[in-house]
Amino acid sequence: MDAMIEAIWLTVRLATITTLLLLIVSTPLAWWLARSRAWWKEGVGAVVTLPLVLPPTVLGFYLLLALSPSSPLGQAAEAVFGHTLPFTFEGLVVASVIYSLPFVVQPIRNAFEAMGDRPLEVAATLRATPLDAFFSVAVPLARGGFLTGAVLGFAHTVGEFGVVLMIGGNIPGETKVLSVAIYDYVETLQWGKAHALAGGMVVFSFLVILAMALIGRRATWVGR
Amino acid sequence: MPHGGSGIEAAFTGRLGGFALEARFAAPAQGITGLFGPSGCGKTTVLRCIAGLTRLPGGHLRVNGAVWQDGRRFLAPHRRPVGYVFQEASLFPHLSVTGNLRYGQRRVRGTAPHPVAFDDVVDLLGLAPLLDRPPMVLSGGERQRVALGRALLTQPRLLLMDEPLAALDRASKEDILPYLERLHANLQIPAFYVSHDLAEVERLADTLVLMDAGRVRAVGPLAALLADPALPLARLPEAAEVMDATVVGHEADYGLAVLAVPGATLLVPGAAGPVGGTRRLRIAASDVSLCRDGPPTGSSVLNVLPARILGAEPVAPHQMTVFLALGEAGDGAALLARITRKSWDGLGLRPGLTVHALVKSVALLDRE
Repeated sequence: MDAMIEAIWLTVRLATITTLLLLIVSTPLAWWLARSRAWWKEGVGAVVTLPLVLPPTVLGFYLLLALSPSSPLGQAAEAVFGHTLPFTFEGLVVASVIYSLPFVVQPIRNAFEAMGDRPLEVAATLRATPLDAFFSVAVPLARGGFLTGAVLGFAHTVGEFGVVLMIGGNIPGETKVLSVAIYDYVETLQWGKAHALAGGMVVFSFLVILAMALIGRRATWVGR
Repeated sequence: MPHGGSGIEAAFTGRLGGFALEARFAAPAQGITGLFGPSGCGKTTVLRCIAGLTRLPGGHLRVNGAVWQDGRRFLAPHRRPVGYVFQEASLFPHLSVTGNLRYGQRRVRGTAPHPVAFDDVVDLLGLAPLLDRPPMVLSGGERQRVALGRALLTQPRLLLMDEPLAALDRASKEDILPYLERLHANLQIPAFYVSHDLAEVERLADTLVLMDAGRVRAVGPLAALLADPALPLARLPEAAEVMDATVVGHEADYGLAVLAVPGATLLVPGAAGPVGGTRRLRIAASDVSLCRDGPPTGSSVLNVLPARILGAEPVAPHQMTVFLALGEAGDGAALLARITRKSWDGLGLRPGLTVHALVKSVALLDRE
């Protein structure tokens, strides 16, 4: 039972930290993708979207290589964190942020694009500086996109398996998240525990999708 | 102040997509300047350039002596003391009416020469019952009134209105026009009013900038341009002349007001307000007939005014627009008459002749 709680707690912690980081990273990225006129922005957009179509194991494989002690990136990470990232909680966070990025960037970008130029022009004629207009107009008008992005980012991080296995391994309390725990229970024929976790995931996923639908309806209603 | 000049000097030239704009004009520091022309002639672009929302690299703009754009100098839109009313009200949906009104007011720095108070704007535009509502429950006309109030509360030194009535149905237009007329009467700052509807311009503008295909065709006082033989306005089927008249008396028994314009006195039905007030009159060219020999006797037409023919232009195959000046000496206000070519030839009318103009209908444009 303790192992189960530990896995759930680890997963929630991972998903929460990942979602917060994702919101911080995605907001400027989505803003730039929505408003830039640079010809190469769709290239950046495609790179951000890659994790959507790549098998998680491919992503995990390259992350493992990139973060290994022999790579420059890995050495930089070691300098920052004091240890190499693979098979640690921090490593999982980094991998999750990259893996879930498109799920957060896309809804926020869509929301920024849907509002068009007009609200920002209005804000400018009402003396708001661009930064002021961003926080007082763009962010509130895009709140549906932020909510959708946060829910999707959280849920997607909770549900990841391939990347975790590649980069995190299976260390209890450190990298052994829910999905890995379920796999473990099945492997070791602990069907009861596998049922509990798997059933919980089904209920959780249902609630997430329901919440998204309700958020979506509210967002269009407000925007009308 | 780098230069002492008052008023607005603008020159916006350049290409936007496939559209070439070459607009140069000067507008006075007072009253409403109408930017008038057909759809797609560039009038909205000019307004956006004044607000700094569109930047044409070759542009030049000076407002009451302050340079807003010249060469590499370009004042960012949020630093320009303008109030902008967009064609669609564009209220912020996440704020209440009060929140929208306060948004700009809260961000104003410094003091305005003519401070506009929140309660005065609410009064002027009749916003009191709307203050707590979210914008989405408002009608089109109500939204536009809020947008106008929001713009006024930024303490602008220049008010810019981009076809504020174009997106409204007829009833909403009639609902908001009186507010605009009250604004016109109370406005201490210059304003630009973009419209492709001549009737709106006749009611609200003092100065007219006539645009066509990205160019300014004429700039001048509204009345002068309406009666300019060189411009297409007098040839329109709905051609009319406007004149600012002074109330000089009343014939209360008949419900008539007596109004004086340069060169004539007119009887106008309806409440014109107290003696001494100023009202704007509109006389359609098609409501004016001409009589060559003396004033006709036994006519039911109330306003028979001596006037001198200045010229005439053929319009349509068999019609003429006759340009007149009121008064025996022809030194009064301008007037247009639409008559048939047969009458012109049959009566032997010609420039320089003094005739009598029979004015069948006079409209009071502004309401009190």
